[in-house]
Amino acid sequence: MIALLMRDLQLAVRAGGGFGLGLAFFLIVTVLVPFGVGPETGLLSRIAPGVLWIGALLACLLSLDRILALDWEDGSLDLLATAPLPMEGIVSVKALAHWITTGLPLVLAAPALGVLLSLPVEGYLWVVVSLAVGTPALSVIGTFGAALTVGLKRGGLLLSLLVLPLYVPTLIFGAEVARRGAEGLAVQTPLLMLAGISFGAVALLPFASAAVLRVNLR
Amino acid sequence: MMPDLGKYAGAVLSSYAVSIALIVILVASSVLRARKVRAELERIEERQRHGKR
Amino acid sequence: MSIWEYANPVKFIRTTDKLMPWLSVAAIVCLVGGLIWGFFFTPDDYRQGSTVKIIYLHVPSALMAINAWLMMLLASLIWIVRRHHVSALAARAAAPVGATMTVIALATGAIWGQPMWGTWWAWDPRLTSFLILFLFYLGYMALWSAIENDDTAADLTSILCLVGSVFALLSRYAVNFWNQGLHQGASLSLDAEENVADVFWFPLLVCIAGFVLLFIALVFLRTQTEIRARRARALLARERST
Repeated sequence: MIALLMRDLQLAVRAGGGFGLGLAFFLIVTVLVPFGVGPETGLLSRIAPGVLWIGALLACLLSLDRILALDWEDGSLDLLATAPLPMEGIVSVKALAHWITTGLPLVLAAPALGVLLSLPVEGYLWVVVSLAVGTPALSVIGTFGAALTVGLKRGGLLLSLLVLPLYVPTLIFGAEVARRGAEGLAVQTPLLMLAGISFGAVALLPFASAAVLRVNLR
Repeated sequence: MMPDLGKYAGAVLSSYAVSIALIVILVASSVLRARKVRAELERIEERQRHGKR
Repeated sequence: MSIWEYANPVKFIRTTDKLMPWLSVAAIVCLVGGLIWGFFFTPDDYRQGSTVKIIYLHVPSALMAINAWLMMLLASLIWIVRRHHVSALAARAAAPVGATMTVIALATGAIWGQPMWGTWWAWDPRLTSFLILFLFYLGYMALWSAIENDDTAADLTSILCLVGSVFALLSRYAVNFWNQGLHQGASLSLDAEENVADVFWFPLLVCIAGFVLLFIALVFLRTQTEIRARRARALLARERST
């Protein structure tokens, strides 16, 4: 399992692996928002938590089809399926690799981009915390979507259509934590709900993803 | 015959129109597709029966 | 004699063929009767004026939008557990019907909301969760039509339906929470069971019956179509291979 994780990480970091692409996308979305809504500091600081969350979500979405598609094309997924590792383990490792290469950089970059959007000082901590708690769920749900569309020629658009509705609860609670944090309100309830969704998704969705992948490899 | 709908006549009538139109489209598309597929299946079955003899 | 006999496509078609005329007539009678009763012979509400008549379309279609998804969930479970093809095809057949019902519910709701709330759309929990439900329908139908192999498509969509149900439920609660976070105690929805008087209630019941019957009839018809389409494809494939 660790060997598979290392392999995925190395492939992602190597040129053409798409590492950093999500980060660049996140940056661009955040830069574009003030162009769209105007540069008033008051407005920007009010919408900053939500913009950071949506940017992170879209950046995450962008890199989803890479989770499984490359391994599917060169046949290494078939090899992995015959390995002693259960399919649930494989998809979990894939999701973890996706989180380390996409989710984690987004969490770390969020404060820097918060400066661009004049995020209130109290908000930084909670934006980082909510993204750190929420992005694992985004990766795991995304892996499920990637597993559903892995066999399709042009699955990219379909993948977004399938995954985005599934992202709704995570987005709502995540953005709510960030918003309340930025306004100095109590964040406990949405944070607990967000953590609940993340843990639930990490615990249960790999089974669904594995089932889907088995069907696709049949 | 026509009930007095008062100032909301536009809202009521348009919601009935939209809904009935949608239902009619749904029913019509289902029925048309059912006919088409049924005819196609019969044609294929017919052809195969003849082909075998 | 058990219900599983209807898992046989031939038996299913034969039985539903017998039922179809009755179902369609009943559906038409209930729908036309209920809507005419509601439209022409009910008084205006003292608060909502004549817009109360929209309820006869809004409530039944909203009800069927949710019930259609539940039926798809049930059919998907049956497919996963017992692998009856008719069940998977019935789920596929129900999806467009459910999606249309969702659109009707949303459209009539918006038209009703315009004079009553002064806005076409509000990010009220119920409205928002219906929009999300519509997105789920779209994704489900898109996945069905994207996959060529029938069994693979049935497997994948039924798992999507299961996962989607969980997330749809989660969204429902999340949206509730989110909106209360924005406006305290803004309850815009109209609760049918509690504040609808008998005058409105009986034609509404007839309309609900009409929508249910219409849904069943359409699902039967569309399932038959799917069965025939699949048989036609199978025959063509055999023809080409020989």
